Amino acid sequence: MADLEDLYREIILDHYRSPRNRGELPTPPAHRTEGYNPLCGDEIVVFLQVDDGVVGDIRINGQGCSISQSSASLMSAAVKGKSVAQARDLIHTFKSMMSIHESRLGDAKPSEVFSVDRGSLGELAALQGVVKFPVRIKCATLSWNALAQGLDEIDHGIDGEIDGEIDGEIDRGTG
Amino acid sequence: MAELTGQAQAQQTTSLAPKTDFPLLERRVHDKRLVYLDSASSSQRPQSVLDAMDHYYENSHANVHRGVYAIAEEADAYYDSARVKVGRFIGAPNPATEVLFAKNATEGLNMVATSWATNNLSPGDAVLLTEMEHHANLVPWLMLAEQKGIELRWLELDDSYGLDLSGLDRLLDGVKLVACTVMSNVLGTIPPFATIAAAAHAVGAVVVADGAQAVPHLPVDVGALGCDFLAFSAHKMLGPTGIGVLWGREELLDAMPPFLGGGGMIRDVRKDGFTPSALPWKFEAGTPPIAEAVGMGAAVDYLSALGMQQVIDHDRQLTAYAQQALAKRFGDDVTIFGPEGTENRGGVLSLKLGDVHPHDLAQVLDQSGVCVRAGHHCAKPLMRRLGVNAAARASFYVYNDESDVDALVDALEQAATLFG
Repeated sequence: MADLEDLYREIILDHYRSPRNRGELPTPPAHRTEGYNPLCGDEIVVFLQVDDGVVGDIRINGQGCSISQSSASLMSAAVKGKSVAQARDLIHTFKSMMSIHESRLGDAKPSEVFSVDRGSLGELAALQGVVKFPVRIKCATLSWNALAQGLDEIDHGIDGEIDGEIDGEIDRGTG
Repeated sequence: MAELTGQAQAQQTTSLAPKTDFPLLERRVHDKRLVYLDSASSSQRPQSVLDAMDHYYENSHANVHRGVYAIAEEADAYYDSARVKVGRFIGAPNPATEVLFAKNATEGLNMVATSWATNNLSPGDAVLLTEMEHHANLVPWLMLAEQKGIELRWLELDDSYGLDLSGLDRLLDGVKLVACTVMSNVLGTIPPFATIAAAAHAVGAVVVADGAQAVPHLPVDVGALGCDFLAFSAHKMLGPTGIGVLWGREELLDAMPPFLGGGGMIRDVRKDGFTPSALPWKFEAGTPPIAEAVGMGAAVDYLSALGMQQVIDHDRQLTAYAQQALAKRFGDDVTIFGPEGTENRGGVLSLKLGDVHPHDLAQVLDQSGVCVRAGHHCAKPLMRRLGVNAAARASFYVYNDESDVDALVDALEQAATLFG
């Protein structure tokens, strides 16, 4: 039986109590995306500063449960300073880790499950335990969906000041 | 059938209805006793309700209003008697014609916002709501505001989680309909519904009551309430999912066009038109949830045997016990979003514990087998008014006892420690 230690690991509680990269960035030049989980009221705002294909700066605002907020904090620390391509890879890897639940629902054999490069995840691996609590997966992926949407919008030159409100259920194809 | 657990003093420490009447409560989760404190969201079923539905399916199921053969007549009798039983439970003057079976309370309220509103609300007309309403009694009116341009006005909260009625007469000026809850699913507050209804009638407005929390927990009489419509759901009152009721005053229902079109609600259908049926069939298109109606009737039997005054007294005893236990254990660290004491409230306790997010609270409680709800409880305007995105909510019902409250408080302490 999954127990709470799987979910509330020390790293997660640390990032919840002391979230990294909190705040805002002036938009423009930064890009602003919102994410919202209507089931429980988690809110995320992601501010992205992308220059020459690199995530130069990122800030997180919003409020929500320990899983959504710590995941956002961990995400911000992981993508800051990375290239957009690396950030997209991380999104993909993280969401694959989270969607292992879905493949188990379909009775997939372990070998059929997409193998995740845990090495690239670093501290993010602490969120692994979330898959044992399926209802909380949306909390963990909320900020990542907002990040993916933000990167897409920057790519397509969409004005980042307009609230791009999405809910945590949308699976961004790239992630 | 329920055996009354006895005298008033016994109710203090035991449940009102034996837990053993409810098969699901035997379950263990995470190797702990299941402590179910989410009846405000959905209640559990006693064996008698399950047996009644099984018995119907095993012995008497046939479609209603369509067959001449023996079991078709039996099915008719089951369905019709369930309707009358439910009607009597709420004091309906004409149970056989005024009780409409719907999918749930939400559908019932939507029926008013469509069928009644069609001929009675025009662009610019005003509807009075309250900011403690559940989305079921908000969104249909918001939809009307968008589609038809009706004006929405609001009764707001006062300082003690009740309704501020100081501006009631001013707000009622020109209002065509008042929609109000009989008991809040978040605050537990029981507003002075009869007072509001009387004031509404004085200006010629129609009154819609959301009875989803109240009918399962309080003695409800539509005459005493003064409502013109009352919606409630079976699954919150020990009955099955998939069925609820819209009660409406006969003359109002007579004047309303049908809600859904199909079989069963017509007297005649021609290529150039149709004639709807008389009440209640006019509002019941297609094969109804017959077994569910039987289940709802059995639930009414179970509750009637307990006595609704006993039900609310029991809820209130547990609420008082919980209020005291929470204050003693957590002091100012716990905030209860709801009235103090038990006089104007029912057994719904929404709370905030320190800075622990409701989601995390509910997660830790789950580990101890304690089931509470965390979220916005389908009352986002109310959440905004309270200044929170979400709250954790425990709710009490006939099968809960003080040991359930003890388990809740102990588990809350664990959450406080983990996130402290």
